[in-house]
Amino acid sequence: MRTRQITASDGVRLAVQEHGDRTNPTIVAVHGYPDDHVVWDGAVAALAERYHVVTYDVRGAGHSEAPTQRSAYGLDQLECDLAVVVEEVSPYAPVHLLAHDWGSIQAWHAVTGDRMRGRIASFTSVSGPCLDHAGHWFRSRLRRPSPKRLRELVTQLACSGYIGFFQLPLLPELAWRSRLLPRLLGTLERLDPAAAAQPARPSLSDGLRGLALYRANMLARLGGPRERRADIPVQVLAPTGDPFVSPALQTDIARWVPDLRIRRVPGGHWLPRTRPDVVTRCTSELVEDVEHGRQARPLRRARVGGKRPRCADQLVVITGAGSGIGRETALAFAEQGAEIVAADRDQTAAARTAELAGLLGPQATPYAVDVSDGAAMEDFAKHVQTELGVPDVVVNNAGIGVAGPFAETSVEDWQRVIDVNLWGVIHGCRAFAAQMTDRGEGGQIVNVASAAAYLPSRTLSAYATTKSAVLTLSQCLRAELASSGIGVSTVCPGFVHTNITARTRFVGLNDDGQQQRQQAATRMYRRRNFTPDRAAREILRTVETNAALTPITPEATAGLVLSRLTPGLLRAAARADLTPG
Amino acid sequence: MSHSAVVDAAELARFRELQQLAYEAAQSVGEGLEPGVTERQAARRIREYLVARGVQDWFHTPFAWFGDRTAFRRFKVPLQFFPTNRRLAEGMPFILDCAPVRDGYVADIGYAGCLGENRVFERLMDDLGAYRQLIVEQVRAGNTLRDIYGAVDALISEQGYDNRHQVYPGRVIAHQVGKVHSRLPTFMVGGFGIRSLQTLFGDLLVERMHHRSPLWADGEISNHPATPGMWAVEPHIGFRGVGVKFEEILVVTTDGDAYWLDDDLPHVRRWSGKVATA
Ligand SMILES: NC(=O)c1ccc[n+]([C@@H]2O[C@H](COP(=O)([O-])OP(=O)(O)OC[C@H]3O[C@@H](n4cnc5c(N)ncnc54)[C@H](O)[C@@H]3O)[C@@H](O)[C@H]2O)c1
Repeated sequence: MRTRQITASDGVRLAVQEHGDRTNPTIVAVHGYPDDHVVWDGAVAALAERYHVVTYDVRGAGHSEAPTQRSAYGLDQLECDLAVVVEEVSPYAPVHLLAHDWGSIQAWHAVTGDRMRGRIASFTSVSGPCLDHAGHWFRSRLRRPSPKRLRELVTQLACSGYIGFFQLPLLPELAWRSRLLPRLLGTLERLDPAAAAQPARPSLSDGLRGLALYRANMLARLGGPRERRADIPVQVLAPTGDPFVSPALQTDIARWVPDLRIRRVPGGHWLPRTRPDVVTRCTSELVEDVEHGRQARPLRRARVGGKRPRCADQLVVITGAGSGIGRETALAFAEQGAEIVAADRDQTAAARTAELAGLLGPQATPYAVDVSDGAAMEDFAKHVQTELGVPDVVVNNAGIGVAGPFAETSVEDWQRVIDVNLWGVIHGCRAFAAQMTDRGEGGQIVNVASAAAYLPSRTLSAYATTKSAVLTLSQCLRAELASSGIGVSTVCPGFVHTNITARTRFVGLNDDGQQQRQQAATRMYRRRNFTPDRAAREILRTVETNAALTPITPEATAGLVLSRLTPGLLRAAARADLTPG
Repeated sequence: MSHSAVVDAAELARFRELQQLAYEAAQSVGEGLEPGVTERQAARRIREYLVARGVQDWFHTPFAWFGDRTAFRRFKVPLQFFPTNRRLAEGMPFILDCAPVRDGYVADIGYAGCLGENRVFERLMDDLGAYRQLIVEQVRAGNTLRDIYGAVDALISEQGYDNRHQVYPGRVIAHQVGKVHSRLPTFMVGGFGIRSLQTLFGDLLVERMHHRSPLWADGEISNHPATPGMWAVEPHIGFRGVGVKFEEILVVTTDGDAYWLDDDLPHVRRWSGKVATA
């Protein structure tokens, strides 16, 4: 790290820190309140490997000087400070801005103003709006209220309550000196599960002096907002659990920012501290796009505006995609613009699905894998990650059928069906949930169980056991992964006309008997005539709404209701042998 | 009549000639279709083309289906088969289907095309070739019509498409054809020529008495090998909003051999061309 002092236009001396090779593209990172440049330590370490990274202490914070008069903290002056720093550290090439909280408010001011036109190549904003945009946002909510807009307004007002409090004389100072405010901030930061056990303690003097930021700017900007446009590429990282800036406030800005990306990141207000890896990755992706035109899929997916298919630039992995529900799910996602990875034990079938998906949407990738093979599933997941990236949706669909009396179900039968139906789902969840959590941008996992998961039947002891295990697994995982923004859904089909009936093993029968049962079941399912494309549609809807449990087909829905209302009735019904034949 | 199963070589030549003419009509009308033309106009063009070349009667009136109607999407009642005022647009698939009668000889053909570019259409057309091969092979092997229907279904499912011939009345993939002779006046009932219907119903009666159907579907009634004679076979496959089919005559001989009446047809030329360049 190289440190130096730079003198601002009004003589205030600012402490500036530089990292990395000066010949690389420059990223200037601006911290918020009540922080100093240290908030960037995590991100800087990684970013400096590829970029020239500059941080500085905003006037009033860290090692920079702190003028005493409030007027020295106006946004125009702060913008001027940024311009001076940029001029010093990158006199020839425009810089990429990265800013958090109050730093972001300043950066927005610079990005939407004239002074720094041509000096900023891109802007990544974390948890800080443009105050003028916020002013418009508050006003529009009041002028054209609707239940949703009012709810957003009330949410944000609750988040912004401290702003009003900061306008009061003396009381905020008292809150700082009594350590009440620092403790409150610590508590809020600890609400974020990704936070370190001991959040950074803001210094008392920074806290006190920084109050001038609020007092010098808030009322003026929010009271009389101007029209300010940003004409450079902007990406907003909007933490979903930010106690100060609600996602709605940060994301409703497309009309001022034509080249906008919004990425919702599970996490709290101090993302630069809690998830420096996410901040680093997102920032580099935008920088790489602007510098070299390499547009990563997540960046494309985050694009706002323009007419795009619903699942455009999503990566969707589906197991058992070679037939039936899996294949139709792949096609339905492809039709909505998603990029498909079609995995199946049957390589030819997977390739065919990928080919069809490619006709409806972007090019798709087939992959041959047996879901019951843990090591192969790990390899599969690694392959997907390195070749295509972390999937946004994973559908663990591969499954097989076994039916017949318990006593005639051999240990091998049990092992096979548990291996595929349960272990297959476990392996899929293990491999991909870890990737999604690491990436830190959420995701969706759908596990295909069956109505048999909650409808006991004397003829399905093995199959139903695996499926109810999948249901329980999914529900537990859903609870665990919620804080990482990863949704876990279970879908429970009833009778869907697919190849499964012709492949189900009916235990205790010779080959002829097997075949007879399979044909009879196939005829029954065909007459039932619920086609797998309809099941696929339900799966898409499940992903869209992050539903916990979706019964597919009316009998599955009715069964679910009955299982809750009159479980006794279902236990009685379970004694009937409904196997067609 | 077709249940006088055997047709001599001279007669086969006449059937072939009419089938050629029917395909010629469909192809020439198909290639001339312009954006904005309606199904009704297309059907009328086929009719005019054929009437001008001596066709006096119809086994059924010409059909034209555009866009997702080629895949019979949302078809609930037979009336929906009839040409509508739907207009053709760039990238739209279409199917022309006609069954002219001339001098007692019958043809029944289906021609799939597309206005401009459509990747799904091209893929379906390439894949349709496998059915022509599969069907003749399985008939030769003496498999029951029902099993062949099942084999076609299995191939459709493997290819990831859906069976669209099941939308035809009776779910038929084929029906028998033969010479039409009757003194009834030319008349259309529900789009089918009265004399043709009389022949078909005559066949139905005779066949029913033998527990055999001149219709080829997946039910119990098709649980027998192909009866000797001529079959108009029309596998029709669909994917999303696109359907394609061909329809042409398969000749089944008394000794159980089978062959396509003619290999010089637009779709067959497409496939042999593809194979040759592959
Ligand atoms: N069809 C139904 O009525 C129904 C009802 C309830 C639940 N389900 C469930 O839906 C899922 C999909 O079933 P479907 O009806 O589409 O069946 P299907 O047999 O048509 O398709 C299943 C696909 O999974 C593949 N597969 C099987 N074992 C595999 C393995 N070990 N590794 C990788 N791929 C494997 C098969 O090759 C096949 O392509 C299954 O989990 C099934 O239990 C189906």
